[in-house]
Amino acid sequence: MVAAFLTVLFDGVAYGSLLFVISVGMSVTMGLMNFINLAHGAFAMFGGYLAIWLMTQWGFPFAATLPAVMVAFALVGVVVERVLYRRVSRMGPLDQVLFTIGLAFMATAAMTWRWGSSQQNVALPAVLTGQVHVLGLGLGAYRMFLIAVVVAITIALQLLVRRTRFGAQLRAAVDHRDAAAGLGIPINHLFSLTFALGSALAALGGALGIEVLGLDPSFAFKYVVYFLLVVVVGGEGSIFGGAVAAVALGVFDVVGKYYIPRVGAFLIYALMVVLLLVFPRGLFGRRR
Amino acid sequence: VTRLAPTLPTDRWRLADTLLWLFPIACFFAFPDHLVLGSQVMITALFALSLDLILGYAGIVSLGHAAFFGLGAYTAGLLAVHGWGEPLTGLACAAAVAAAAGFATSFLVIRGRDLAQLMITLGIGQLLFEAANKASSVTGGVDGMPDVPVWKLAGVFGFDLAGETAFWYSAAVTFLGFLLARRIVHSPVGRRLIVVFTVGAALAGVAGALLAQTTQFVGLDVLGFQRSASVLIMLALGGTGRLYGAFFGAGLFMLMQDYLARQNPFYWELWIGLLLVAVVLFGRGGVLGGIDVIRERLARRRAP
Repeated sequence: MVAAFLTVLFDGVAYGSLLFVISVGMSVTMGLMNFINLAHGAFAMFGGYLAIWLMTQWGFPFAATLPAVMVAFALVGVVVERVLYRRVSRMGPLDQVLFTIGLAFMATAAMTWRWGSSQQNVALPAVLTGQVHVLGLGLGAYRMFLIAVVVAITIALQLLVRRTRFGAQLRAAVDHRDAAAGLGIPINHLFSLTFALGSALAALGGALGIEVLGLDPSFAFKYVVYFLLVVVVGGEGSIFGGAVAAVALGVFDVVGKYYIPRVGAFLIYALMVVLLLVFPRGLFGRRR
Repeated sequence: VTRLAPTLPTDRWRLADTLLWLFPIACFFAFPDHLVLGSQVMITALFALSLDLILGYAGIVSLGHAAFFGLGAYTAGLLAVHGWGEPLTGLACAAAVAAAAGFATSFLVIRGRDLAQLMITLGIGQLLFEAANKASSVTGGVDGMPDVPVWKLAGVFGFDLAGETAFWYSAAVTFLGFLLARRIVHSPVGRRLIVVFTVGAALAGVAGALLAQTTQFVGLDVLGFQRSASVLIMLALGGTGRLYGAFFGAGLFMLMQDYLARQNPFYWELWIGLLLVAVVLFGRGGVLGGIDVIRERLARRRAP
């Protein structure tokens, strides 16, 4: 009974960690530029497909695909930001929504054309399959790996934001963009870098998530509500808030679907509406 | 903050209005085999028109407008299933339920800023979708409600496969909806966000009820995110804040969808994506916005 509950809880934490990796980039770019990017899920989807392609066509081992996917999408992020997003990031919210929905549609079409509409499977290395027994609990090895990777990424991000010059500039810009710009902080450059990092993390999340979230062309739209939820509940621009919100969302969703399947996702959306009304800036959002 | 349309047109019925409204009548005689598509276009146009009130006139970007459409569809469907299939009173009930929901949620929606509004409308839409999904004993869940027994219109005109009754019924209701929307946006009441939001919700409910009655089917998709997103896209394609944009957008969107999706759903997604990106980057104001620009240029050339 207790053991079963702990296992479900563990799955929820693993699921939440994935949501965090994918949505953290979205949160920071939203906090920085008020940019509503509904195509963020498409980056995660592309990351998943690139991982599949590298492994099946080029024989990459799983461990090597992860950094490869990150590097590739950091570069893609820089290009996309320069060519497309810079023009849209100063427009109104409606234009941003329409533009990024348009991109997500095209991404869905492109992946359907190349890969078909069926689910993709990933061949995990033997080490990461099966279960690991910890204190009498049977925990999925892959989910443990996921949590470990995400904890490492979170620590690295916190160090980056708290301890480096880049992080200080980023914090200043998120707090008050115009004042930061007045002090000579290069906002556009900062946005470019943040966008690239966010894209890389989303793509990594997509590659890591094939086993947990699944991967088919509908991915770009299917999970975008969850990513938005993480951003809004955690507070735009808050890394810590995003992490808490993502894990809470993951646990809530998995535990809810497991124990009260009749209510299911209803609970999540009800919670979201209530939270938004009580905390319009998110649980950990900055005050203006 | 109340945002008004860029140019408030005068509240006078012009020749162009009459010509535009003669178009559906012409379509009836020109394309007698496509009446079903015709009524779907008009129902969708009414739905887009209801969003135009909220987006174009009240300035609220909604990602959950299907909530009101779906409420209307389920209201009309459930009434008919439980023994009251009279179409007109069904429409009235649908409007009342959707208006009540719109009024209640308007207070939540107008509180926040852009992103919060987006998320609250999205959240309310998803909430209703999941509620309808889970309450399958009432709504039929994923299977929906097939064969909704709708009575004959005025006791005479039945809803049949040829779709003649459905066509004229949809056209008439859409026209009345248009007159109401036009009245609202040209009156001082139209500057109150809560009023506009409530009327928008009511019209969306009527559109949903129309779909339920004319197709005699209510599926979960009436509440889906896809429907909320596509109506937003149509309105952007046609042009927001102009009432007629809803008609151009819905027509263009539905005809393209009908043509392209029949060939390959992949083409449809690709084209709609490209079109959206192009509209945002180059074609501000959609089709009607583009026509305005051309007319201005012509007028400037003619002026000395």
